[in-house]
Amino acid sequence: MNELSSFWSGWIIVISLGSILGSFLLLSIVRKGQRFNSETTQTVGHEFDGIEEYDNPLPRWWYWMFVLTVVFALGYLALYPGLGNFKGLLGWSQETAYEREVAKAEAEFGPMFAQFSQTPIEELAQNDQAMRIGQRLFANNCAQCHGSAATGSYGFPNLTDNDWLYGGDAAAISQTILKGRVAAMPAWGPMLGEEGVHNVSQYVLSLSGSATDAQAAEQGQALYNTNCLACHGAEGKGNHLFGAPNLTDNIWLYGGSAQQVMQTVRNGRNGQMPAWEGILGKDKAHVVAGYVYSLSNQ
Amino acid sequence: MRHEVIEKNMGLMIILIVVAISFGALVEIIPLFFMKQTTQPVENLKPLTALELEGRDIYQREGCLSCHTQMIRPFRAETERYGPYSVAGESVYDHPFLWGSKRTGPDLARVGQRYSDEWHRAHLYNPRDVVPESNMPGFPWLFENKIDGNDTANKMSALRMVGVPYTDEQIASAKTEVRGKREIDALVAYLQQLGTVIER
Repeated sequence: MNELSSFWSGWIIVISLGSILGSFLLLSIVRKGQRFNSETTQTVGHEFDGIEEYDNPLPRWWYWMFVLTVVFALGYLALYPGLGNFKGLLGWSQETAYEREVAKAEAEFGPMFAQFSQTPIEELAQNDQAMRIGQRLFANNCAQCHGSAATGSYGFPNLTDNDWLYGGDAAAISQTILKGRVAAMPAWGPMLGEEGVHNVSQYVLSLSGSATDAQAAEQGQALYNTNCLACHGAEGKGNHLFGAPNLTDNIWLYGGSAQQVMQTVRNGRNGQMPAWEGILGKDKAHVVAGYVYSLSNQ
Repeated sequence: MRHEVIEKNMGLMIILIVVAISFGALVEIIPLFFMKQTTQPVENLKPLTALELEGRDIYQREGCLSCHTQMIRPFRAETERYGPYSVAGESVYDHPFLWGSKRTGPDLARVGQRYSDEWHRAHLYNPRDVVPESNMPGFPWLFENKIDGNDTANKMSALRMVGVPYTDEQIASAKTEVRGKREIDALVAYLQQLGTVIER
């Protein structure tokens, strides 16, 4: 895959070495056999605006710098890959350099992660070293949505408040991180109509004591029982199986104003947690799960 | 060799300068056109869909590549953060390349499927809504502008001329696929496919 055809390999070798040789020849030719000590007051013979140029030899330091670059170029091309398919005497390549770097890190951190992966998440949450690593992994991968303090924001759950959509035990957290989650709150607007949306929203708000229209809330209860109860439960306590939030605790993922709740009911919500197994790998996901667990289980 | 001959013949001087400065390109660029590693797509690489292609053009129009690269270099520090390093075969259908050269924001070469569509929309509307310390500008107009799709098919035909294997059906249906879609949806579709071809 990395191989060039022999024509192009030869092309590169001939032009590269040719231009190095050419540079050196040019240097030799323009010296014209001058000695370093042959300073002269003779000019090269042309003159512009009264400015003339002495026909002196190249300064010694300049000449040797030039020779040095030629030597360096040849040495570099001998040691490192550069001349077509010639791999260089050191056998260096960026792939192997990368693999060495990774292998070194693996030797240093591998046993530690192997040990972490054998430790149950609840126990890992007590391990200072693991939690420091977990915090860094969280900052790099999870903080974009959940915030650097894991307190979430509009549409992205707070992970520190012990209110869980899909369950807060170690297995549920681990599953959420590894496989991701897709919420499926349907849009009820078309089915309930605008008045129905208002009524059921008022009922939902009444569950946490924040309804503003008691009559609407009362009417909304029947709608709730026929449409919402299956996921959010008879008492509105939610269900971890469907990721249906608890509606009674006054914690709102998409805002708790009457307008915002109505919007949620009307248009539905499909919050998505991406799957991290493929990105983080099992071992790191395990450490992150420990970190997330530790946030609400101190 | 007489300097005078060269210095007093502009044509000759130009030719010799072109010869002198062409060696680098002849050696470092031309052979890449004939190397499998740079000319063969990686397995499963597909051309961008019509919507993703429109998203790519918005990515260029808004200057995303001034601050974001799409090039993960083979260093552990980069692969730990972003995922496997970029390989040439992933970019063979890219015209132009959007590798970028400066990172004010993070590399995006493997941003696809890392965050939800919802996050991208929130973040592109106002980055500080989700990442308070971000200095990325917001792009609220993407939520209002609609794509008319009048040029989509032409863009795809042009890309086909330079080797992107679009089918006639893809080109024929391009306009209906993108017409009326919001620009934000095209951009998010583009971002969500970045770097997803390589197995992590």
